[in-house]
Amino acid sequence: MLTYIIRRLIRMIPTLIAISVMVFVIIQLPPGDFFDSLQAQLAESDSQADQEVFEALRRQYNLDKPLWQQYVYWITGCLQGDFGYSFEWRRPVSELIAERLGLTFLMASGALIFMWFIALPIGIYSARNRYSFGDYFWTFMAFIGLCVPGFIIALVAMYMSVFWFGGSAGGLFSPEFKYATWSLAKVWDLLMHLWVPVVVIGAAGTAGLMRIMRTSMLDVLDEQYITTARAKGLAERWVIYKYAVRVAINPMISILGLQLPQLVSGSIIVAIVLGLPTTGPLFFRALETQDMYLAGTFLMLLAILLLLGNLVADVLLAWADPRIRLE
Amino acid sequence: MAEAIQSPESTDNIDDSERIYTAGQWHLAWRKFKQNKLALISGGILGIMYLCTLLSGFIAPYEADHRFGGRDFVSPQSIRFFSDEGFHFRPFVYGLTIAFDPLSGRKIYQEDHNRRYPIYLFETGDTHSFLGFNTQLHLFGIRGQNTEGIFIFGTDRQGRDLFSRVFYGARVSLTIGLIGVFISIILGSVLGVVSGYFGGWIDELLQRLIEILRAFPQIPLWMALSAAIPADIDQLKTYFLITLILSFLGWTSLARQIRGRMLSLRNEEFVISALLMGASHTRIIFRHLIPAVLGHIIVIGTIAVPQMILAESALSFLNLGIRPPMTSWGVLLQDGRSLTTLYYYQWLLIPASFIVVAVLCFNFLGDGLRDAVDPYSK
Repeated sequence: MLTYIIRRLIRMIPTLIAISVMVFVIIQLPPGDFFDSLQAQLAESDSQADQEVFEALRRQYNLDKPLWQQYVYWITGCLQGDFGYSFEWRRPVSELIAERLGLTFLMASGALIFMWFIALPIGIYSARNRYSFGDYFWTFMAFIGLCVPGFIIALVAMYMSVFWFGGSAGGLFSPEFKYATWSLAKVWDLLMHLWVPVVVIGAAGTAGLMRIMRTSMLDVLDEQYITTARAKGLAERWVIYKYAVRVAINPMISILGLQLPQLVSGSIIVAIVLGLPTTGPLFFRALETQDMYLAGTFLMLLAILLLLGNLVADVLLAWADPRIRLE
Repeated sequence: MAEAIQSPESTDNIDDSERIYTAGQWHLAWRKFKQNKLALISGGILGIMYLCTLLSGFIAPYEADHRFGGRDFVSPQSIRFFSDEGFHFRPFVYGLTIAFDPLSGRKIYQEDHNRRYPIYLFETGDTHSFLGFNTQLHLFGIRGQNTEGIFIFGTDRQGRDLFSRVFYGARVSLTIGLIGVFISIILGSVLGVVSGYFGGWIDELLQRLIEILRAFPQIPLWMALSAAIPADIDQLKTYFLITLILSFLGWTSLARQIRGRMLSLRNEEFVISALLMGASHTRIIFRHLIPAVLGHIIVIGTIAVPQMILAESALSFLNLGIRPPMTSWGVLLQDGRSLTTLYYYQWLLIPASFIVVAVLCFNFLGDGLRDAVDPYSK
């Protein structure tokens, strides 16, 4: 197992290099650079800045160098833990992302738990009561969940939380706690705000998960060993939870490793609509202002997460299903 | 597989009930598809929707950019049959008078029961181009002064009719998914077939490329690529660039699945016998292999369309996709982005329901097709 993991990790290195090159190319794609857009902004507000100042700034951040040289600077920095400097925030990228990463993962994990808690029982129920009213109802709900764009669900949820329940619009904290130091009251405040994004982000995923569980459960219920278990007089509960679910859950486990990274990238749009202090809106803003190192590092981070998630998924499945051998 | 169940030459003396045993693959698929009513209805609705995109200029009473002065944020008008005088055979809308809300100072519109505007079919109005020629004919309209119009879905901030804009937006929103999927299908099946059929270093290279592309998170990559589209380029170019971006990752999963099918089909007897009879690789691929996986390709394509529709709407909503003056459903929803606007003008979310219906129908259709093309499913 350990050698397998190490081999997989080594295999990732060339992939990561290719990804870093592509990320760098992508963030360089927009015409001009951050200082061009800054200059344009300044020109709009009539405060002319010197051309020379901008040239000096470009020199300072190596933006005047050829592209490949810039890449080498960036990637060697990354390897030493220096992911570049955010022009807009005037702070190191690593600091900016790190301070928002905690809440991002908290939200994504919350959504993950929510998804599993809802999808698992409903999937089992739907499979056991196939073609019943409940099955049709949940299948229909699942389709709706898959078909309504996330940003619309986010808008409607925000609307309801503000105008029906009197919450504050968006964000994860009430205004009085926003800059307060951590305390029990602040944690409670966070939890009271967190459920909106958690439900919104989880909605689409829950639908998909529910379908997977239902299909998998239906396959398993047809197996002979289930008939055997029933024939020898086991209690139905025992048959379902100890025999059927144990095997039917494998496809769910195989995607578990990928779900967290997918939730992190899937939550970006919802987080922008809800104005959450997570990494998504930071990334969006960085794209708008061509704050390239910030955008690039975030893309890179997500790609690494996905690669690791793939590995975790394979390892988890091998652990849960002894029939599978890792090679 | 396709060849195995091909019908023999003469089926004349077989009565109808036995015809199923000799029916071809497509015939069987159609038989099964017809039984799935939900998929059939969804297909019908989609057919109507796409027909409407062809006719959008005709169905929409106004041009997408027709502004009605002083008619911003009109709520959806009700079409009436009964006035104070009683029943009218021809439906009508009332004219609007402007008042101001004493508390918020907001403009509100009231129906003026003295001014009735009957709705006429086939009215002349704004010029629009239909199948290449210009016409002024519209499906319906009212005869009123410049400021009077019929606003079935209300108007937006600039006094533009939302109903018309939904139909114009459909052109972009519905076609972007189709074209995007078409591009990914071409790319995915060509590369998938090549990779699976020839194997060797080509296969290795393509699989590594796919592995790298798949390591990218979809939504952030789409956002980053769309943000790179220069703001000052032509509308049509933006449209095609967005389509390309959406299919940039889409082809990989298709290529993978086609490759898997190719790997197993390549060693089937019918391929080997074709090879032995001296058929060229091109002939084997196009005559024997592609038809065998065509059903599969169509299914994957159908399932991919709604994802592209959703992606386009999300990108446009964030102002990263289609940009005004071009409209799409996502662009229309931008107006509803602020909570205060949404509080007063909920009808700005109407375009969302069209996205939901289109995506829902594509999903049901895809489900039905998937069951239909798999000859061994129950």
